Amino acid sequence: MNGIIVETLQIAILIGIAPAFTGWVRMLKCWMQGRTSAGMFQPYRDLAKLFSKDIVLAHNASWIFRFTPYLCFGTVVLAGGIVPMLSTDLPLALTADVIVLVGLFAIARFFTALSGMDIGTAFGGMGSSREMMVASLAEPAMLMAIFTVSLLCKSTSLSRIAEVIYTAGFVAKPSLAFAFIAFILIALAENGRIPVDNPATHLELTMIHEAMILEYSGRHLALIEWAGMMKLFLFIALSSTLFYPFGIAGTDNPAGVPVAAVALILKLFISGVVLVVIETGLAKMRLFRLTEFLGAAFLMATLGMLSFFILE
Amino acid sequence: MNIQTASQINGFLAAFVLLTAFGMLAQKRIYSLIHLFTWQGLFLSINTAIVGYVANKHHLYISSILTLSLKVFLLPYILHALIVRLNIRKEVETVVNIPATMLIGIALVIFSYHLTAPVTELSTLITRSTIAVALATVMIGLLMMITRRHAVTQIIGFLAMENGLFFAATSATYGMPLVVELGVALDVLIAAFIFGIFFFHIHTTFDSLDVEQMARLKEEDYTE
Repeated sequence: MNGIIVETLQIAILIGIAPAFTGWVRMLKCWMQGRTSAGMFQPYRDLAKLFSKDIVLAHNASWIFRFTPYLCFGTVVLAGGIVPMLSTDLPLALTADVIVLVGLFAIARFFTALSGMDIGTAFGGMGSSREMMVASLAEPAMLMAIFTVSLLCKSTSLSRIAEVIYTAGFVAKPSLAFAFIAFILIALAENGRIPVDNPATHLELTMIHEAMILEYSGRHLALIEWAGMMKLFLFIALSSTLFYPFGIAGTDNPAGVPVAAVALILKLFISGVVLVVIETGLAKMRLFRLTEFLGAAFLMATLGMLSFFILE
Repeated sequence: MNIQTASQINGFLAAFVLLTAFGMLAQKRIYSLIHLFTWQGLFLSINTAIVGYVANKHHLYISSILTLSLKVFLLPYILHALIVRLNIRKEVETVVNIPATMLIGIALVIFSYHLTAPVTELSTLITRSTIAVALATVMIGLLMMITRRHAVTQIIGFLAMENGLFFAATSATYGMPLVVELGVALDVLIAAFIFGIFFFHIHTTFDSLDVEQMARLKEEDYTE
């Protein structure tokens, strides 16, 4: 019973706070670049505006194009039920482990890529092909990084991983350090942040993720943007689960949930600062240099796994 | 500092040495290569000092200081001066592309882990787990010498190999006798000077340090 309440609470937090987190990142970025920001709550106003607008649909749009926004939103919400943010006592986490989580993100990406090609515009197809190129390199690296942590905790269930790392306390291990660096690189690539993709770009030729969703409008666009914000939020929550699950409530401790919520918000604030420092310090990479960037992520993850076997 | 923390720090430094080895494998710019080589020397020197402290072997302090002065200050300085004198600016060319080289590097790490597994089981030293990393560093240095065309990069690969050997000696037997280590250090220093002289000769003869040039005979100079 407790688990179901926590589960619902978690999903509500994910849906409710994700736009505020994106707003926080954008606000920090404005400050870092010496611009006036639109405030932390601008993403909510943007979403409200998009929901109130009509949809413009191409004549040749198929069901895939109309179905994809709902699928994207749905998979991310479902993923929010798997990643322990407040408590490790999650009923869904027992049925789905971290491989399922990667699979959920892959489904959303697959359908977004299909819908990018569905209308038949040049930019959509270009965006899809680029997105799949990035995905084909990022996904093995991500699984490798997660497997390193799983090996250490002897489980692929996220709840179990969080519990093991939390009870072990802070133990410096080379394998965890490598996996963490790899995870940061992959999180940048998966969420389309600088240096892989620029989320704020208006130049179609340099777009990756934005090019796929150029044709969307109205509530479809709102759902996709919202799903993107939630995905960023989820990656922060996932890295917190895998590498620094401090403050999270255990299975036998439902009273720890408010503390966990405060800890989560603190972690989000700090991660926002780190993300903005990375994004302001780097320039967007050339597309063909991405293989080296993601190759480095794969190398880090593999070194993490190897140092688990060799050094620990 | 107890044995537990020492072995943890030792593990971390071994991981950093491996990381710098891979960094050198992936790096295209010659200045960054020298910086990475300097970092590797620094990690190696700190590691030697820590092993010396834990194992209570005082001659390891001397070899740590030797490593610090030679591989962190003197050799990078010589290489730097060489590059400035020979005016080498362009990016290093590789024979195999970089992601493929890194994959080969990973395979080499797995191979050396497999190779040293029996040795590790027999050993009782706290540094036994880093033997595999040391062997991998040697092999990655060798790989770097094979995959690079530029003479200076090949020398850096050679020096990285020597780093790996030194690391292997520290982790497998708490270092070689001091006489041997002094001899090796002197050898490396002399080698660096000889390489320098050779570079000047190659540069004046071929107008480039690309070793591919040496595969061709230059007959047109002797036609008269």
